[in-house]
Amino acid sequence: MMSKEILCMKDIVKVYQMGDEEQAILKGIDLKVCKGEFISILGPSGSGKSTMMNIIGCLDMPTSGEYILSNRIIADLGETELAQIRSKEIGFIFQSFQLLPRLTAIQNVELSLIYSGVPAVERRKKAQKMLERVGLEEKVNHYPNQLSGGQQQRVAIARALATDPTILLADEPTGALDQKTGQQVMELFRELHEEGRTIIMITHDVNIAKKASRLVKILDGNLLEEVVEDD
Amino acid sequence: MIRESIKMSWQNISHNKMRSFLTTLGIVIGVTSIIALITIVQGVTGEVTNQFESLGAGKITIQAPGTPLKQGLTDNDIKRLSDIEDVEGVSPTLSIQGSVVRNASVEEGIRIEGKNEVYFQHNPDLISRGRGFNILDMESKNRVAIINETLEEDLFWGEDSIGEAMQINGTTYTVVGVTNNDISTDMMSMGGSGSESKVIIPYQTAMGIAGVGNTSSLELLVSDSNKTDEVIQNVELILNQAFNYKENSYSIINMEDLLDVMNSMTDMMTMMLAGIASIALLVGGIGIMNMMLVSVTERTTEIGLRKALGAEPKRIQLQFLIESIFLSLLGGLIGLVLGLGISWIVSNVIGFTFVPSSGAIGLGVGFSAAVGIIFGWAPARKASVLNPIDALRSV
Repeated sequence: MMSKEILCMKDIVKVYQMGDEEQAILKGIDLKVCKGEFISILGPSGSGKSTMMNIIGCLDMPTSGEYILSNRIIADLGETELAQIRSKEIGFIFQSFQLLPRLTAIQNVELSLIYSGVPAVERRKKAQKMLERVGLEEKVNHYPNQLSGGQQQRVAIARALATDPTILLADEPTGALDQKTGQQVMELFRELHEEGRTIIMITHDVNIAKKASRLVKILDGNLLEEVVEDD
Repeated sequence: MIRESIKMSWQNISHNKMRSFLTTLGIVIGVTSIIALITIVQGVTGEVTNQFESLGAGKITIQAPGTPLKQGLTDNDIKRLSDIEDVEGVSPTLSIQGSVVRNASVEEGIRIEGKNEVYFQHNPDLISRGRGFNILDMESKNRVAIINETLEEDLFWGEDSIGEAMQINGTTYTVVGVTNNDISTDMMSMGGSGSESKVIIPYQTAMGIAGVGNTSSLELLVSDSNKTDEVIQNVELILNQAFNYKENSYSIINMEDLLDVMNSMTDMMTMMLAGIASIALLVGGIGIMNMMLVSVTERTTEIGLRKALGAEPKRIQLQFLIESIFLSLLGGLIGLVLGLGISWIVSNVIGFTFVPSSGAIGLGVGFSAAVGIIFGWAPARKASVLNPIDALRSV
């Protein structure tokens, strides 16, 4: 296992204000992720795993604790720098794909490259390459509603890969797919892992979680145990 | 970055064609009315001003009824007025009524005007056929007359009247010229009386018919219109002496002053109309704001996604702002074309010269862009501060 640490969380606490009451969603999380790891965060709904994903993805800030991503202390960054981190360090993959319906597959992939400032010609080339990588070279100019769920998720993965991010962050990537297409997507993740990508996947499905090389359980805001799977 | 934002905005506008069209309609109506109103008002007033200038430039009108002791100005007074520096000529007017007879045709109650040669020198377009009076007519007191087209039609039934004889109040005159009905030469006859039957005879002769020896109405022609004020001072001096400083014995009307008053009035009217039309623009702006707010709400997920993909808040704001500016500018341009089209049609119907006013065009386009920025600002800001998590969760 490679040892270069790219993500480090120390005593992360997240408290939400629910009316008059304060509710702690994350109660002191410690997590380290090294380059090239494929890690699943497994937890039932309400366990705090979505909050966890938002904090890892720099979409939300922890109430307390220290979060270091690629040697940068996230709490110190401003809105603009956070946007840059999201653009360059993190590739999001969502349960509901989140493709823009008015854009073709390749335009959707290009979207992430627009925000990282890649010039138009190079953008098209890169997007084309990414769609080829996920096996959709024949669907380049299709609109999302002309694609199956599995194909849509692969477009979303191509979009996440396009900026060559440090971490691929997937939130229930198979949640909206049937079992067969879900397995195809997981197969793609396995390949990406073998290519050396760092993947963090959040899921409630044990069977899916087990496909990762490392599994972390989250329950009631605590990282309960850390089981290293034998691959 | 701006190019991408413009592209994205355009995609969104063209995707919602019907909605975008309805949204811009308010702006279209506002800009159309502003441009049409301003262009039409300026065209009409330009036309009126031109007429005024052709009548009034370099003219001082004097009404001098005089005092009970001395009614009107004597020949000597008029001589003094014509000797003032920069006065080119004096054109006295006398208007009486009388009957005109030719063969069996009798026209009663015809307006008879006494004029001199100066009047015709200064209104060269007035005569459509024949000639005006000259100095010989005046000095030898020739019995000559100039009639207008209406009277010629009534008396001569389409025949050429030049050189023919007719009787005015029983005395025979020879017709030497015919005037054009369409041209008015003084303020009093402006506004529709051009087609009324009229005959002009030498001034001295008219005085004889009227039985008056003094002149109470005349125009001074000034050679340099910049000197009008000095001339008026001298005129006042002479008239004061002539009437022994008696109040209300005379009045002096300077056409240039009238023109200034009229110009400031039309300016005010233009501004008022533009102000009213701006209300339409305001309503249009609110329409755009409403549409943009709906758009932000509709596209919450999209905004969240864009943020997750690394779009900076100011970029999201820029995109929505460009979209609203686009919408209002589009409305502005359509309004510009419509407004100019309408004023072109109106100019042809009413009959004034169509001059697209650069001020109106600038105002219309500038206003619509400003509306886009002002009313697009709040929705764009709302979009930019959306929390990406809430935005993505709203599915």
